[in-house]
Amino acid sequence: MVDFGGWDMPVEYSGLIAEHMAVRTGVGVFDVSHMGDIQLRGPGSLSAVQHISMNDAARLQVGQAQYSAMLYPEGTFVDDIIVHKFSDNDYLFVINAGTREKDYEWVRAQARAFDCHVSDYSDYYTQLAIQGPRAQDTLQKLTNADLSKVKFYWFTWGTVCGLANTLIARTGYTGEDGFEIYIPSDEATSERVWNEVMQAGADFGIVPCGLGARNTLRLEAALSLYGHEISESINVFEAGLDRFCKLEKGPFLGSDALRKVQAAGGPERKLVGLEVVDRGIARDGYRVLDGSGTVIGSVTSGSPAPFLKKNIALAYVPRSYAEVGTELAVEIRSNPVKAVVVPIPFYRKPKKSVAGAS
Amino acid sequence: MAYPTNYRYTREHEWIEANGNTAAVGITDHAQGSLGDIVFVELPKVGDKVEKGKVFGSVESVKAVSDLYAPATGTVTAINEELATAPEKINADAHASWIMKIELSDPGEVGGLLSAEDYEKYVKEETGH
Repeated sequence: MVDFGGWDMPVEYSGLIAEHMAVRTGVGVFDVSHMGDIQLRGPGSLSAVQHISMNDAARLQVGQAQYSAMLYPEGTFVDDIIVHKFSDNDYLFVINAGTREKDYEWVRAQARAFDCHVSDYSDYYTQLAIQGPRAQDTLQKLTNADLSKVKFYWFTWGTVCGLANTLIARTGYTGEDGFEIYIPSDEATSERVWNEVMQAGADFGIVPCGLGARNTLRLEAALSLYGHEISESINVFEAGLDRFCKLEKGPFLGSDALRKVQAAGGPERKLVGLEVVDRGIARDGYRVLDGSGTVIGSVTSGSPAPFLKKNIALAYVPRSYAEVGTELAVEIRSNPVKAVVVPIPFYRKPKKSVAGAS
Repeated sequence: MAYPTNYRYTREHEWIEANGNTAAVGITDHAQGSLGDIVFVELPKVGDKVEKGKVFGSVESVKAVSDLYAPATGTVTAINEELATAPEKINADAHASWIMKIELSDPGEVGGLLSAEDYEKYVKEETGH
C-alpha cells in the first residue's frame, strides 16, 4: 500500500467510526478554527450582504443565522457561507478555509459600492464545534447563557469558560444538533477551553473528532462541500440549493444567470444521492454509468456511512436520471457496481421535543 | 505491536509468512493504523496468479482505498473469507489476519524482502517518528 489518503490535519483521533457514532448518539468536539470569519459593518451592510449572498438577509432578526452562498454573476459558487446578523449594521459571514483569501477579496471588492466596512477576523478566533444530541448538556455546564432558548440557526452571547461575550451559535456541519463557539485564538485560551469542553462532556462520552468524521457526518446529512458538490462551475439549481436562494428578494450577484436557467426549464444536471447496492464503495471522482454502461456523471463525495451502515455517494447526473429509484452504476476500480438514486439527505436527525431544535 | 521476526515485509506494507513452498500474506500493523477503520477487503480468487509487486486486491477504510501488492509471485491457494464480512479483524490484529495464501513460484524470492527490524526502521524513516 502506497497511498494512505494524503491527509495531514487530524483526520481522526480515537477512530473515525467511533467519532462519527459519538456525534450521532452522544457528543463530539471539533476544532474548526480553519473556518474563516468576515465581518461587514456600516449603514450599507445589509444592502451589501443582499448583493453578495443569495439568501434573503432582510428576513434575519438580530441573533439569527442563515445558510447562504456567494455567487459569481454566472450563478455558480464563490463559496457557501453562514450569515449571522449581529445588528442592523453588523453581519458576520462564516466561510470555508480553503477559499478564505478568495472570499475575502471577493467580499471586499463587491462591497466597495456600499457604505460598509469589511474585516477579516479569521485569525482572531478559535472555533470549536460541539455537536451531537448531548451537545447542549455539555456546553450548558460551561456557560451562563440559557442554551435551551437558543433555537437551531440562532445564536447568543454569553460567558463561556470565564470568557465574557463569547459568540455561541446553534449551528454545525454534522446534520446533528450542536453549537459552535468562537473564542480568542491564543493557544493557552484555546487549549484551556478545549480541555474544559472535554471534561464537561465526559459524562456523555465526548470524544475529539477529526476531519474524517466531519466529512462522513456532513455526507450522511448531504451537506455540500466546496470543491465537491459546489464550485465555480456548478450553479445553485444543479446543487439543489434552491431553497436558500431567494430570487424574489431583488437582483443580486448571480440572480440574472439563475433566472435564465429557470426560464430555460431548469438545470440539465442535478445532484443526487446514491446508495451503492452491491459490494463496493463509491469514492470521490468515480464515474457514474447508466444501465447500458455509458458514462453519465461522476461522484462528488462518496464513502461508507458509519451510522447508516451503507455505502453512499453524492453525484451529478443528467436530470433524466435524477428520479429517486433510478438504477445506475458506479464504476469502482474498473467494475460497474449497482447503485440506486435515493432521497437526500441520507440522514435526518430525530425530531426533538425540546424548544427550538426545529 | 511487535513485528514477527519470522515474517518478511514490503515497502508497500504487506507481510508474508513463508513456509516451504507456501506463504500467507497480510498487511502490517502500521498499515492498518494508517488506514484507520477497515470496512472492505477486495480479495483475489483461489487459482489467481499473483505477481511480485503487482496489485492483487485492495483494502478500504472509511477514508481511503489502498491497493494490495503481492510480496512474491505465485498462485492463490486460499483466501480469508472471514474478512469479507469482518474486515475489522485486520484492525484488531493485522499480523494474525492473513488475506491470502499462495503457492510460491520461487520460494527464494521471499528472502529478498525486508526483515522485521529493517521494516520497522523503514517505517520510522517514512513517518519521521
